[in-house]
Amino acid sequence: LKLANMRSVSVDLNHDASLLIDIPDALCERDKVKFTVHTKTTLSSFQKPDFSVPRQHEDFIWLHDTLVETEDYAGLIIPPVPPKPDFESPREKMHKLGEGEATMTKEEYTKMKQELEAEYLAVFKKTVQVHEVFLQRLSSHPILSKDRNFQIFLEYDQDLTVRRKNAKEMFGGFFKNMVKSADEVLISGIKEVDDFFEQEKTFLLDYYSKIKDSTAKAEKMTRSHKNIADDYIHISATLNTLSADDSTYRHCGGYYMSSFVFLQKVEGRVASDQELKLTELLRYYMRDIQAAKDLLYRRARALVDYENSNKALDKARLKSRDIPQAEEHQKQCLQKFDKLSESGKKELTSFKGRRVVAFRKNLIEMAELEIKHAKVSSPIQPRDFYTLIHVYNM
Amino acid sequence: MATSSERSPPPFPDSEDQDVLDSEEVGGRESDEDDDGGGDDLLFVNPSNPPLTKMDTTLPPASQPSDVLMEPPSDLMNDPLIEPFSSLTENKPTSKIVSEPSDDFVDLTNNLADSPEDAAESVLADVAIDTTEIPLDEPSDDFVDIFGGETEAPREEVVIANVTVKAAAAADKSEVTSDVTDPPGDLKTGSDFEQEANETATDSIIDLSDDLLSSNAQKPPLASDQFVDPLVDFLSDAPPAADAKIPSRATVDLFEDEGNDLFTEPRQTKSAKQQQKSLFGEADEDLFGEPLGATTKKPVIKEPKGKPVPTKAARDVSNMGGPLQDGYTAEPADIFSEEAVTTVPSIKKTSAVNSKTNGVHSEEDTDIFAEATVELSLDSPQEERKKGVPAVPSASAPSVSAATSLAKPQSASLEELDDDEEEEEEEEEEQEDKFDISISVKDPEKIGDGMNAYMAYKVTTQTPLPMFRNKTFTVRRRFSDFLGLYEKLSEKHGPNGFIVPPPPEKSILGMTKVKVGKEDSSSADFVERRRAALERYLQRIVHHPSLLQDPDVREFLEREELPRAVGTQALSGAGFLKMINKATDAVSKMTIKMNESDVWFEEKLQEVESADQQFRKLHVLVESLVVHRKELSLNTASFAKSTAMLGSAEDNTALSRALSQLAEVEDKMEQLHQDQATNDTFNFAELIADYIRLLGSVRGSFDHRMKAWQRWQDAQAALQKKRETEAKLLWANKPDKLQLVKEEIAEWEVKVTQYERDFDRVTATVRKEVVRFDKEKARNFKREIINYLECLLQSQQQLIKYWEAFLPEAKAIA
Repeated sequence: LKLANMRSVSVDLNHDASLLIDIPDALCERDKVKFTVHTKTTLSSFQKPDFSVPRQHEDFIWLHDTLVETEDYAGLIIPPVPPKPDFESPREKMHKLGEGEATMTKEEYTKMKQELEAEYLAVFKKTVQVHEVFLQRLSSHPILSKDRNFQIFLEYDQDLTVRRKNAKEMFGGFFKNMVKSADEVLISGIKEVDDFFEQEKTFLLDYYSKIKDSTAKAEKMTRSHKNIADDYIHISATLNTLSADDSTYRHCGGYYMSSFVFLQKVEGRVASDQELKLTELLRYYMRDIQAAKDLLYRRARALVDYENSNKALDKARLKSRDIPQAEEHQKQCLQKFDKLSESGKKELTSFKGRRVVAFRKNLIEMAELEIKHAKVSSPIQPRDFYTLIHVYNM
Repeated sequence: MATSSERSPPPFPDSEDQDVLDSEEVGGRESDEDDDGGGDDLLFVNPSNPPLTKMDTTLPPASQPSDVLMEPPSDLMNDPLIEPFSSLTENKPTSKIVSEPSDDFVDLTNNLADSPEDAAESVLADVAIDTTEIPLDEPSDDFVDIFGGETEAPREEVVIANVTVKAAAAADKSEVTSDVTDPPGDLKTGSDFEQEANETATDSIIDLSDDLLSSNAQKPPLASDQFVDPLVDFLSDAPPAADAKIPSRATVDLFEDEGNDLFTEPRQTKSAKQQQKSLFGEADEDLFGEPLGATTKKPVIKEPKGKPVPTKAARDVSNMGGPLQDGYTAEPADIFSEEAVTTVPSIKKTSAVNSKTNGVHSEEDTDIFAEATVELSLDSPQEERKKGVPAVPSASAPSVSAATSLAKPQSASLEELDDDEEEEEEEEEEQEDKFDISISVKDPEKIGDGMNAYMAYKVTTQTPLPMFRNKTFTVRRRFSDFLGLYEKLSEKHGPNGFIVPPPPEKSILGMTKVKVGKEDSSSADFVERRRAALERYLQRIVHHPSLLQDPDVREFLEREELPRAVGTQALSGAGFLKMINKATDAVSKMTIKMNESDVWFEEKLQEVESADQQFRKLHVLVESLVVHRKELSLNTASFAKSTAMLGSAEDNTALSRALSQLAEVEDKMEQLHQDQATNDTFNFAELIADYIRLLGSVRGSFDHRMKAWQRWQDAQAALQKKRETEAKLLWANKPDKLQLVKEEIAEWEVKVTQYERDFDRVTATVRKEVVRFDKEKARNFKREIINYLECLLQSQQQLIKYWEAFLPEAKAIA
């Protein structure tokens, strides 16, 4: 798998060469993945123009969380945090394979192992990719790229030693989420003052549920393709044994076998390309839409706050008490809300453009790859068959 | 052809041997070229001379045949493809031929007649060109005289001599070498001489036989007749076949020429035949021995032929195959072998060796033909190995093929032969209906209601075969009728070692669904699966040459109303499987008891068992492939739906459109996957299921063979007991009871012979059946798998179309 193919999610980078980030290398130690984050910059805010630092997945989470918690960025779509590297499933499969080794022929086992290794590698690369994309989106964002924490993340050449969230905090995060969703329900009843946001809200809610469904379905479909590819492995191995044992197949069994090996490769590639171009795209935009939804939530929250401050002001006026504070508060809320609305509108518009571009790119690439795979099997396979038929007829 | 090269039997001469052989060959060839020229010249110079003309015709063929003869060993080791062709097409190898025959000739003279020694020596002394003429005129006369004088005596002597020589040869080659050395060392010296000598030898022999014929007309005409007839028949048939297989013109010519001349000759000779045989036999032996003596510098020669040589020599000695005969037989190979066998019964007593000869021929033939067929190559290596391994190469056990032909009337064997030939051609041409009969099972129809309902199928037969009253006819049959047919056939033909194709099992679950009348896809699927399985089952039956002849089969296909099959009800799928398994167990148990004398069977049984295991595994895998494919189809469908929804939610018009297009593509893919699942099922899983069933039948046939063996062994044990009783009675001096026991012994002796013959017959049948089965299996598999892969390919093409149509949509997103 080429790395170029691996770029599953395109980011609408404004090709600003002032801050270029990539992850050229990563190291996998047990559950931890150490990424080497490499930065090249012309910005004076950095001490050096070119440097690399080691970062772990937790550091990315920290960065994301600090960004989310920064008030000033409430009106921005914070790029979705990269998912935790999941090496469990390939590892588990590897384990299962080891257990089933006795029931397989040697080459069957080797083949399966190779497949798993490839899968493992793909997961690894994908993980690196998605972390890279996160940083690149930050670096290409006019405001977020200036963030102090982000710059520290990039520059600080020691381990960030980000404190792991302890159990209480984890629970706190969970609780916060609960509150947030409850809050979302509460504030969903709020009357929208802006048509644009009203539309966006309905759209994103609808879109989110749809894309979530599509993602799940695409995952299932991809898995089915993989299952079939695995079946082909076993079938070709069995055909091979059969032809080795049986004198009448000896001269043709190999061809059957190679045909199935071939089919397996095609099916396997279809599966991995679908995974990359389709499933990964859907998955990413599912998270991105979640981020956009979060923006809407923050704005709605601000709106509710503003309305509450209005009510408080009315109350204060009614009671003729603390009016200046209430006025002040109301003004602040309005300001915040207006600011959020303004930047939110911009963000959401650019998000839409970015999404369309990304879908376009990935759909084109996927169609092209599908055609390529089908064609790979067409011009080669018939010749294969004819050779087969020919040899057999001798 | 490539096939044969691949399958050349492992336990064969080492590479070393091969090298030696090759070198020998090469040398021979070189020297021959000159000789050839000389010989040809000679031949063509005097066409007017009757004897010479005869020589003309015979010679070229003779030389080629001898080549062929020589080739086999090398074939085994090298590419059979390349070698035989080159040698056959090019005339070069003649030298070898020549050299051997000449030796034969010399030896012949030595062995057969004392006086000939002189003649031989004179011939040798004369050497060169003169010799050619000598045989025609004088030597032949001499021989004739010799034989004429001793006509009666020599014959007997010859037989004996053969046997002894053979034994000697088998035991060690010292004899052979001595024989070889007897003739002056000149043998090696002049290839020219040798060639000529050879020519003369062949000619003279023929003449001799002619003369002999006239001199002693008595002789067993039966043997010769039988022997000759098949040959003639074969000759008429063979050339086309040979042609088809081997494009070399030389071979064909060889056959035609020889067929006319050489073969006709023997026919006339009849009585002379035996003698001729013996003559040749010796010659043969010498032939093999000769190289040894001649090329004493290369003692390796013996090695090269290593195993094959001694055995072959021994067998050749027997009588059948002089170099000449080998020559002709070479091509027809199996045909010949089988037919040759037919002679065995008649000759058997006089020369038990004959049977062996057959083996030899078949081997050689097969080798020569190596390219020919799976069957042949299967046979020959096995036999070779078998023979090569035992200390006594001339093991008394008659070759299996001999047994086959023994059991069958000659004409039958001929027919088989033809069939074989046809099959071979068919295999090459991919003809399907070799028996001109095609059967279809169609229109499954539910008859009746509730639990008494059953499915009836339309069985349509199309055939021009005269054994049927019409060319096309259709009958209605229910499933139990199919089972009933199988029961009848397996009862009748199973014990004889035939592999009766089994029908699909009863399926209570599947049928109950159908009976209940659910019109869902699974029951439709079940009915279709069963229909197709029944069709394949019937096709297998009618394509079996022996089963097609069965009156029950004809009745099944033709008769309007069949008596209701009984007893099949109990035979549910599970019960059927259990039955097969039981049989299998019995087989394995009996295998332990039976010390398998036949390596072929031992290996084949192992092969069948491991194939069975692998097929079962494969079946599970393919079934899981089907499941996964169906899953994929479902998942694709739901993804398509989901994508369509996503498309409707999308607010960018172009992207929305593209997404719904994508949904359409995925919808079509779902159909593709579904079709593919059907393809998996019908082209692949069902095929494998068929073969799991068929392998059960194959094991059943092994089982029947084992039973026949057991019966024979039991009879032998009983006979042994009777004999012991006899001994006791003798000792006790009870003459009255003794008589009774003697009668019983005679009875049991007959039984033992009968059972042994039965066993041989069953063995032969099983063997033939298994070979046929393997061939069918390979062909069937090839066809089905190619079919399957092509289906896959088509769906790939379809896929390309779909995605190509989608691509512009994706590009239109803005």
